Amino acid sequence: MTVTEKEARTLTYGAAFNEGLRQVMEEDPDVFFAGEDVGKAGGVFGSFVGLNDAFGDLRAVDTPISEQAIVGLGIGAAVTGLRPVVDLMFMDFILVAMDQIANQAAKLKYMFGGKATLPLTITTSAGAGLSAAAQHSQSLEAILCHIPGLKVVMPSNPHDAKGLLVACIRDNNPTVYVKNKRLLGLKGDVPEDLYEVPIGVANVIRPGSSVTVVTYGRMVQESAKAADELAGEGVDCEIIDLRTVQPLDIDAVTTSARKTGNIVVVHEAVRFGGLGAEIASQVQEQAFDYLDAPVGRVGAPFTPVPFSPSLEAEYVPNADRIAEGIRETLGM
Amino acid sequence: MQLSEDVLLDMHHRMVRIRHFEEAAGRLAEESRLPGFLHLYVGEEAVAAGVCVALNDDDQISSTHRGHGHLVAKGGDFERMMAELMGKATGYCKGKGGSMHICDLDLGMLGANGIVGAGVPIAVGAGFANKYRDDGRVSVVFFGDGASNIGAFHEAANMAAALVLPVVFVCENNEYGEFTPRERTMAITDVVDRAAGYGMPGVIVDGMDVVAVHEAATEAVALARSGQGPSFIEAKTYRFYNHHGVQTLGMKYRSDEELAEWKKRDPIDLFEARLAESGVLTAEDAQAVHERVAGAVEQAIVFAEESPLPKAESLYEDVYSGVTP
Ligand SMILES: Cc1ncc(C[n+]2csc(CCOP(=O)(O)OP(=O)(O)O)c2C)c(N)n1
Ligand SMILES: [Mg+2]
Repeated sequence: MTVTEKEARTLTYGAAFNEGLRQVMEEDPDVFFAGEDVGKAGGVFGSFVGLNDAFGDLRAVDTPISEQAIVGLGIGAAVTGLRPVVDLMFMDFILVAMDQIANQAAKLKYMFGGKATLPLTITTSAGAGLSAAAQHSQSLEAILCHIPGLKVVMPSNPHDAKGLLVACIRDNNPTVYVKNKRLLGLKGDVPEDLYEVPIGVANVIRPGSSVTVVTYGRMVQESAKAADELAGEGVDCEIIDLRTVQPLDIDAVTTSARKTGNIVVVHEAVRFGGLGAEIASQVQEQAFDYLDAPVGRVGAPFTPVPFSPSLEAEYVPNADRIAEGIRETLGM
Repeated sequence: MQLSEDVLLDMHHRMVRIRHFEEAAGRLAEESRLPGFLHLYVGEEAVAAGVCVALNDDDQISSTHRGHGHLVAKGGDFERMMAELMGKATGYCKGKGGSMHICDLDLGMLGANGIVGAGVPIAVGAGFANKYRDDGRVSVVFFGDGASNIGAFHEAANMAAALVLPVVFVCENNEYGEFTPRERTMAITDVVDRAAGYGMPGVIVDGMDVVAVHEAATEAVALARSGQGPSFIEAKTYRFYNHHGVQTLGMKYRSDEELAEWKKRDPIDLFEARLAESGVLTAEDAQAVHERVAGAVEQAIVFAEESPLPKAESLYEDVYSGVTP
């Protein structure tokens, strides 16, 4: 997928994000970023460290705590020719800015008869598992995917963290780039040069023949652990990392479904009304005759994210629960 | 304003309660005995205590992510607070909310809040209900300097003034929002300047001086209670610890000198000196208060540690009122 001349070396997911942003900013003087604590402080998760020193206050902008205005700043700057990256610290805070995201950014081009172009990237961080409770832990991608006009990516590893960010910034549409907080320290090979991971293209990270596990974000890792566990039981999992959740690479999913005959969708978000529902529906529309069982879904229960670590462990899908879901689909 | 000894001692007690609870929580967090984020109120005690002593028990307050101090000042129970911070079933929120959502509706404490500024409209709603019932209650909203930059604050402030609601706006201006100093995010120095734009009277008080805070709060509460609408208090204060947790890890966003300057004006030290001077509370008596409160905190820690974790089934409870579908 990636054409690279220079050697890859190991970087964390967070550092890969940082490097991607830095390199695009070096390449394109129209790129700037803005958000709370992202300038001098380098971001609450350290993702923007060093960039204010490198690019100054006009390109690495500390904003007030004003989510609506942060996204609006990006929209206004984008339609008038810049290429902004605006950061909403926690994915939960997209809800504070939802008018600007959903009624403005997503729709301007269409409402204006195609005249507006919005090369805008919104970055944010999702995911539970840190006892951060109900307002700092959500995975809200399904809400965004329901809005025509937005693209949404959710990288699962450092390589994609960099490549997808570059692709989002260079894309001429509003994109939402969702990091997972618990992946920030994950290490992996990252090429040194500037490269894109294309938006809308899934990645088969593990070929297999018994069942297709369709997932993204942090659940890719958990699904890989589940696959290891199931290998001992004679189950050969194929894992698809969607990487982009809007637009969906449904062809990759149905191609795999035709091969394995079984599909389980895994996400950290609430199961009800989640991506799994859309994928299950599309797969049965397109590959019904190939399926040996109904499409399985593993996701969070229909409750807010609880604070207590004991309840949260019950809440967030993990390798064991994914393996259980796969066994269920396979009738084991 | 001549304050009675009872009021003075009550304010002192509440401040000491906040300090010891927060110091203990900080220690536990450093020892990795508390999960999640912890935003400590140490340094700002005079604001919550000075305001809450001016309230009746059935008045309401809404709070922020830095909410323990507000709950303690409103009479919060150490055991249930500590249990909540540890995610135990005996906690105020049954372990479901934690530090950032701690509340006691029976005490009129409408919740800490994980969303900056979100408590402001909620307090305005409580104020509306108070006016609607004409029950003479007042609601107070605590919020930070940073929170005064978010739309929710502006919409709610305007609404409270337009509808002439019994609400008191208390801005805890500690000069920072997370790791970014106020002057990078606002072109004004005094948040209170914003009150005029909504037609609200406003004052600045020394947030390290509990008596000054209390006097301003008493006036604002009286205005609200007598049907004259909302008003605004800006308390200049400072947090002695990091934005969350205790220590500043890595980021050096404020200087040691600045911190040391503010610590010289520790609100509890200042008040105790004053109480000793006026003969209201000797140093020994103050020490006894500290020891008693510290003992109560230790007891709460034991209670919390011995408390059970929430049952797994409780995950599914409390999503809706009534029978869960
Ligand atoms: C809507 C929203 N944006 C951002 C945050 C992240 N955040 C938590 S506390 C905080 C700073 C708040 O500053 P201030 O209101 O001054 O309160 P202080 O922490 O200084 O008491 C920020 C930005 C949040 N919780 N909610
Ligand atoms: Mg502040």
